Amino acid sequence: MTDLNLNFEPNILTFCCNWCSYAGADLAGVSRLQYPTNNRIVRVMCSSRIEPTFILEAFKEGADGVLITGCHIGDCHYIEGNEHTDERMKDMVNALERMGLGERLHLEWVSAAEGKKFQETMINFVDKIKALGPSPLEHKRVE
Amino acid sequence: MSKLVGAVAVAGGGVAGIQSAIDLANSGLKVYLIESSTSIGGKMAQLDKTFPTLDCSMCTLSPKLAEVSRHPNIELLTYSEITSIEGKAGDFKVKVKRKATYVNPKNCTACGLCVSKCPVKVPDEYNEGGNNRKAIYLAFPQAVPRVYTIDAEKCLYLTKGKCGNCAKSCENDAINYEDKGEEIEINVGSVILSTGFEPFDATQLEQYRLDHPDVVTSMQFERQLSSSGPFEGHVTLSDGTHPKKIAWIQCIGSRSPEIGRRNCSSVCCMYATKEAMVAMEHDSELETTIFNIDVRAFGKGFEEFYQKAKNEKGVRFINSRPSGVEVDPNTNKLSLKYELEDGNGIRQEEFDMVVLSIGLTPSKSSKQLVNIAGVEMDDLGFVKTRIDRPVETTRPGIFVSGTMQAPKDIPDTVADASGAASKASSLLSSERGSLVTEKQYPTEKDVGDEVRTGVIVCRCGINIGNVVDVPNVVEYAKDLNGVAFVKEEVYACSSDSLVGIADMVKEHNLNRVVVASCTPRTHEPMFRETLMEAGLNPYMFELANIREHCSWVHQNEKEKATRKARDTVRMSVSRANLLQPLYKQKVEFNNSGLVIGGGIAGMNAALDIADKGFHVTLIEKKPELGGLLNTYTKLQDGRSTNEVLEPLIARVESHDNITVLIDAELVELEGSIGNFTAHVKGDGVDEEIQCGVAIIATGADELMPEGYFSYGKYPNIVTQSKLEHMIDKGMDAKNVVFIQCAGGRNDERPYCSRACCTVAMKNAIRLKEDNPKRNIYMLYRDIRTFGRWEDLYTHARELGVVFMRYTEDKEPQVDEKSIKMFDQLLNMNFDINYDLLVLSAPMVAPDTNETLAPLFKVPLDSNKFFLEAHIKLRPVEFATEGVFLCGTAQAPKLVDEAVSQASAAASRACTILSSDFLETIGNISVVDSELCIGCGRCTMVCPYKAPELQEVVVETEEITYTTKKCEINPTVCKGCGSCAAECPTGAITSRHFTTPQIMAVIKAYGEGL
Repeated sequence: MTDLNLNFEPNILTFCCNWCSYAGADLAGVSRLQYPTNNRIVRVMCSSRIEPTFILEAFKEGADGVLITGCHIGDCHYIEGNEHTDERMKDMVNALERMGLGERLHLEWVSAAEGKKFQETMINFVDKIKALGPSPLEHKRVE
Repeated sequence: MSKLVGAVAVAGGGVAGIQSAIDLANSGLKVYLIESSTSIGGKMAQLDKTFPTLDCSMCTLSPKLAEVSRHPNIELLTYSEITSIEGKAGDFKVKVKRKATYVNPKNCTACGLCVSKCPVKVPDEYNEGGNNRKAIYLAFPQAVPRVYTIDAEKCLYLTKGKCGNCAKSCENDAINYEDKGEEIEINVGSVILSTGFEPFDATQLEQYRLDHPDVVTSMQFERQLSSSGPFEGHVTLSDGTHPKKIAWIQCIGSRSPEIGRRNCSSVCCMYATKEAMVAMEHDSELETTIFNIDVRAFGKGFEEFYQKAKNEKGVRFINSRPSGVEVDPNTNKLSLKYELEDGNGIRQEEFDMVVLSIGLTPSKSSKQLVNIAGVEMDDLGFVKTRIDRPVETTRPGIFVSGTMQAPKDIPDTVADASGAASKASSLLSSERGSLVTEKQYPTEKDVGDEVRTGVIVCRCGINIGNVVDVPNVVEYAKDLNGVAFVKEEVYACSSDSLVGIADMVKEHNLNRVVVASCTPRTHEPMFRETLMEAGLNPYMFELANIREHCSWVHQNEKEKATRKARDTVRMSVSRANLLQPLYKQKVEFNNSGLVIGGGIAGMNAALDIADKGFHVTLIEKKPELGGLLNTYTKLQDGRSTNEVLEPLIARVESHDNITVLIDAELVELEGSIGNFTAHVKGDGVDEEIQCGVAIIATGADELMPEGYFSYGKYPNIVTQSKLEHMIDKGMDAKNVVFIQCAGGRNDERPYCSRACCTVAMKNAIRLKEDNPKRNIYMLYRDIRTFGRWEDLYTHARELGVVFMRYTEDKEPQVDEKSIKMFDQLLNMNFDINYDLLVLSAPMVAPDTNETLAPLFKVPLDSNKFFLEAHIKLRPVEFATEGVFLCGTAQAPKLVDEAVSQASAAASRACTILSSDFLETIGNISVVDSELCIGCGRCTMVCPYKAPELQEVVVETEEITYTTKKCEINPTVCKGCGSCAAECPTGAITSRHFTTPQIMAVIKAYGEGL
């Protein structure tokens, strides 16, 4: 790893579903579980609302990593929405791999009771993207 | 008819009370939901996962908590208890005593500053004493209502006049040490008792050593497993290490007549299995053992779950109940002594942790309430009901549901709760809407083209303000595109601030509002209401979460947190600028019902709908009503089936609101919720029926167990239903053998049929009572007389019925006169001569399910029974709106359970029928027909079948052609947006989460990088 990477603070954009992972993020807050400040959250009702273009746009806008979160399989508020998310994200990772971004998209199921898991997911993903270094896409970066 | 009051008091705010309250409130009745603790949620809120699907308990429960908290027809009375119930059905005076909370709910914003200043530590009840809470507390993070309570017994100020830190720290003047509580009187037409159970107090069984720190109750273990529990989901021993071997001991406080707890608690076998599986998911090296008498996996999906635990996950099940826990005096290590399953003596084995599977007992407060209500209890301490009237107490107008009636699991509790609501609602059907008032809002102002967004940045006391530089965010927001006005608030959600928001909207002519504060999951409904009061559409609102997702999780990074707050506000404003007013559409509908199946479930469902004043058509494919019960002659409570069936059939046939069509079947169905057209054909019947809702109650059949245990080969081998008729006629067989699970719990039918053990026990008792000299042998795998039916098993043993356990791999071999049997518990072979062999064959789903399911677009499970929308919380509903199910169409069950489900299905159906219009949600998806290419991909991803392809004729100047276009049924759409993501041409707009709105947020995200 280069020195540059050590000082690198990645930009993470996280999509949360309203019913499970957003609530998990809320619980992390209520429980005061600390994690790095790198992420910003976009709320959707169901992870199955997330279109491939949202992810591409996020990378285009400067995200170094995109995290998709939703209910665990079987827990979906809309019964099976997250199963579609799962399929779409697998396709998306394949497509991103061809652009050298495959590892920068990650899918994680976080329940409304898993504040701790939300925290851990954040810490681990930030570490992972730090290790990968800045996104290869050219974009503006503060400093 | 004397006075009827259109309100219901529901006692108990667990999942039962919550379900009753929601059903009643949605049927136009006023509800007082009375809960003795500080929050609703009950025991389910404490559970980690639920069996058999391992769903997250809180994830499924918390939307219901939120629904109760904001329902205009529900008045929540927490920390309150009923002290008297006077009057009669239709008109009760109920006195309710509210205990002092010392916190003014109007001022408390649940910011939690007081908690950090409170010096007192108290064992946390929610975590079963696994950690501490403060003397001022919220019961658990998702508690409803979100108001703190001071524990008067522990508070230093209230006990010693010292401290007062909470009052000093509260910036909104919410602490009131002078609170004395109050007693109020409410006038209601009906009362529902649902105060639930108390876990058995295992400290009274000293031999099980609950005094040892590594012996825990199943409730404590549940909290250990929970990621929001004291150890964040890591099971932990008293020395801080993690256990490698855990044992569960079943039936602690259940099936124990010696301590006065005779009944089976119905749920422990499954929760222990679940706990073992979840614990093993956390630690794959973990060894788990469940010591049991029988494994009672009798509910839908339970047997499959048990087999998976045993055969795939390696949970060890041992048919032996250790009589105590041994503690080595030198090492303090735990061990259990148990009988070996092969009958070869006793073994002692060490375990790191022992979990006591404590049973469900009637709570002390439930017993008090039973006395106050003046209803009878049975000799087990549960509320007395009849099996054909499972939710009706002995006092008219007072109903019961859930574990106050008998030990039961969550879906049975939820079904009961809807069933009780149905009965209360039938009683008060003429008063629907009489006590509920719709709130009036000013006319909505025209939004116009100019975006004028107002932003409020909340300090939340010091919760946000101490981490995020709020004035900096305020200044930053002023320069954002579309922002017309920005202000700072100490508490945006306090009542004076809310008035301030409304004033701000008017003064600055705002048409969109962003509040940067906390989570929309708790606060959005309130702010939306404020917008409506200010004449704005409620969808013109956006919350920027800078507390839960920012200041609370970045407490030591003030600068970076401030930057994140600025980004979050910018992203929210960009979205707000594109928000559009949305309206719930009102759709006219047909308010009559259709019930398919004229068994005990279908008849009860039809009656419950008809009793509420709605017309219902009941169709039955056979020439007579009665269903599966027609083939039996006695019920498990000893009464004859005719005693129940005859008056029921008479009532159905004579009811003004019911049309019965026998010898008739549904052949076609069109439409959706509110407007179904059903084509019914049969002997002399050919009708089109219009209806708004439909209930599937098509029942089950008894399997004719051809090929099992020589059935069909010899004449003296019969099934249970045949036996019942033989007993009625009189029979002289001296040696009678029963074989349980004949054709069930095998590869072909992996499920347990739930009712057979109880039915067999009933018949064995009848045979013994008929002739005590008769020899009766019952060959079984597990005896599953759950709940109160354990008494039948005990009675059968007392009468001398001989029980012999066999295993699936060594099944009894049946010859013409004798049976070769290997008794697993005695490790011995037997030859049993028999005159009559009775096979307990499972209930099976009728073949017609496979033609009916596609008509309704509803799914079947792997055993061909109908599959409900959610196995825990929506047991009588389908994902397809407006279609419900009940009785053995869902899974095998006993009469009382079928009746309870029937009322439940009727209750859920009538929440729809009682409204004047069908109302859609605001954020539905819509199709732009110009862009739609009719590919149908949306129809494949929608779980509710809302999008449908329709043939349309397209006319252009050059050509006219027929093609397919998608239409989304607004009454069915739930707004998940999956279809919009799937649509290849962008023809579908997911309202309120449109592609331009989300893309704007992502672009705004990029602007700050």
